[in-house]
Amino acid sequence: MNMQLARILPEVILTITGVIIMLAEPLLQKNSSRKPLGWFAVLGTLAALFASMWQLHLPDGTAYFGTVQTDAYSVFFHVLIAGIVLATLLVSLDSIDGSAESVGEFFALICFGAVGMMLMTSAVELLLVFIGLEISSISTYIMACFRRKSAKGPESAIKYFLLGSFATAFFLYGIALIFGATGTTAIAAIGRILTVGQTPLLAVVGLAMILIGIGFKVSAAPFQVWTPDVYEGAPSPVVGLMSTAPKAAAFAVLLRILYVAFPLLHYHWQPLVWWMAVLSMCVGNLGALRQQNVKRMLAYSSIANAGYLLAAFTALSQEGVAAASFYAVTYAAMNVGIFAVVSHAGGFGDRLTLVQDYRGLAYRSPLLGGAMAFFLISLIGIPFTGGFFGKFYVFAAALHSGMVWLTIIGLINSGIACYYYLRLLAAVYSKPVHTDLLDGIPRPTMPLLLALVLTVAATLILGIVPGQVLSLARAGANTLVPYVTTAMK
Amino acid sequence: MVPISYYLVLSAILFSIGVGAFLIKRNIITVFMSIELMLNAVNLTFVAFAHQWRHVSGQIFVFFVMVVAAAEAAVGLAIIIAIFRTRNTLNVDQVDLMKL
Amino acid sequence: MTTWPLAIYFAAVLFIVVVMLGVSYVLGQRHRDPATASQYESGIVSQGSARSRVSVKFFLVAALFVVFDLEAIFLFLWAVTGRELGWPGYIETLIFAGVLLAAFIYLLRTGALDWYQTAFDKERS
Repeated sequence: MNMQLARILPEVILTITGVIIMLAEPLLQKNSSRKPLGWFAVLGTLAALFASMWQLHLPDGTAYFGTVQTDAYSVFFHVLIAGIVLATLLVSLDSIDGSAESVGEFFALICFGAVGMMLMTSAVELLLVFIGLEISSISTYIMACFRRKSAKGPESAIKYFLLGSFATAFFLYGIALIFGATGTTAIAAIGRILTVGQTPLLAVVGLAMILIGIGFKVSAAPFQVWTPDVYEGAPSPVVGLMSTAPKAAAFAVLLRILYVAFPLLHYHWQPLVWWMAVLSMCVGNLGALRQQNVKRMLAYSSIANAGYLLAAFTALSQEGVAAASFYAVTYAAMNVGIFAVVSHAGGFGDRLTLVQDYRGLAYRSPLLGGAMAFFLISLIGIPFTGGFFGKFYVFAAALHSGMVWLTIIGLINSGIACYYYLRLLAAVYSKPVHTDLLDGIPRPTMPLLLALVLTVAATLILGIVPGQVLSLARAGANTLVPYVTTAMK
Repeated sequence: MVPISYYLVLSAILFSIGVGAFLIKRNIITVFMSIELMLNAVNLTFVAFAHQWRHVSGQIFVFFVMVVAAAEAAVGLAIIIAIFRTRNTLNVDQVDLMKL
Repeated sequence: MTTWPLAIYFAAVLFIVVVMLGVSYVLGQRHRDPATASQYESGIVSQGSARSRVSVKFFLVAALFVVFDLEAIFLFLWAVTGRELGWPGYIETLIFAGVLLAAFIYLLRTGALDWYQTAFDKERS
């Protein structure tokens, strides 16, 4: 088989799946269900998942003029993204109205978005990073606007779109300045050039611009303002996707850029990332305290979680990279899971919005209530859930690198976070008030059950036997290690 | 020959104008145009550096930026039309159903 | 480099402009009629505001045109280096064009390019 093609095999599979769905959509009868297309997308994603795992057997190397690289690191994030997309497709199959207008487009867009995110994680050339970032962003802009007849849908989409494009411009300007400073846009080559001689000022400014751009995309403070509005207005399955997969991809890219291209400049970026982490944790958790809307609360929670993840970045060690990768997985598992519950309970049109609307969910449906409680417990970070080990490894890595204050601030923040997660948990298990709202919740369907099993199992496995995933994360981090050790000197 | 710093200063000014307009302007279309201005400032930087390094990769980058900007423009206009249909206004201050 | 031809050229341009304006000022007639200040003085009287709303179809076609138009620059890039890239380059370009074709077929099938509303369109809206 063509070696070059093998390196982008998962992306090729997902692209073909998306194009077939796109072409099949208008061929179907107007009122017929589009759900078979969704199942086809599930199949394509599964194939891409296995293709990514198979890539692990390839020798590490680059293809297409040194633009893509497959290694343990890229495979780790490929599998994560494929898993998130799989769960999101199942959740959408449950909550979306199969015969509604252009639903096939929705499934195709999820596939295309996944292609972009996967390309980001295996890109070793800033040009490809940019293209992947844009493929994933443009797909999510459209998905955020999917309820275009509602008042909030387009508003959420325009905010996402404008700030996302604004961030892209900053990211690009950063790349342009780095290209000016080094004469190349290949990530490894930038690192090699910057190790000899004096560091050009242009490169430092470019790095700051890239940090701003990615900061917007991962909704880290102080670039987080768009997050609550966008999450509130976008359809719940889409929020489950865009709060995890594109962020995981953006974090993967940021790790690669910081550690491979700018290991020696860590004097500059480490304090910046430190402040971004602290601000994100504080803004996220304090902001979530006063939210009555569940999706807004989870949006602030996602800002806080971006902060925890950034805390691992500052560790400047293989352990830190591994902890960040591991945290991305645990956060994805529990967040996709909780949005699966929110999607099913609220439906595509968000019938349940406020925390008090969820009162008595556990009485109406013990399954949904139990699943929600489980994910909330994991988000709090109680042992035997993935959330516990995620936070544990992040703070352990930070502590080992002497980041005592960061760890203390992080632990205080985890304490604050308990309050708002517990408020939702208490609502779920208290006596019902709005029985009419809860009675509208349909019976869980097969795809939802599959998605819940997938996310609950992932969260449990990460919480009880994290060793396997952690060793994979370490193997991934090892591919960045030569550069990490340069940074340590 | 015009020294490269002229191009860089010009593109930095254009980029700053774009950022300023993005923050100040109230019409969504104008805000959107200021993003395009920022992207074009980036393009100018790329071309200037590509000329300085005698390296074609900067120009390739510009092609991709242009194409992506076009795709973004199409999606952005579609979203703006959707906003106009539900809200009948394009003023950012009035697109505020959701507040912090 | 000699600059005097440029100076003469500039002077000539200035002279012609001044003469044309001056002669018409001296010889021309002046009048103030109701239509003098209107746009297109001797043309058709314009009606309504220029800020009328345009049908959304125009936006749709414009947006689609911009996308497809700019995608074509990759074909130009390939045309420049076509011989060096050889058959692999040709095949990759075919794949690229194939994806564009798929998008085009999708547009045709969904009726995005039908100028008049089709039955399919009406059912959807």
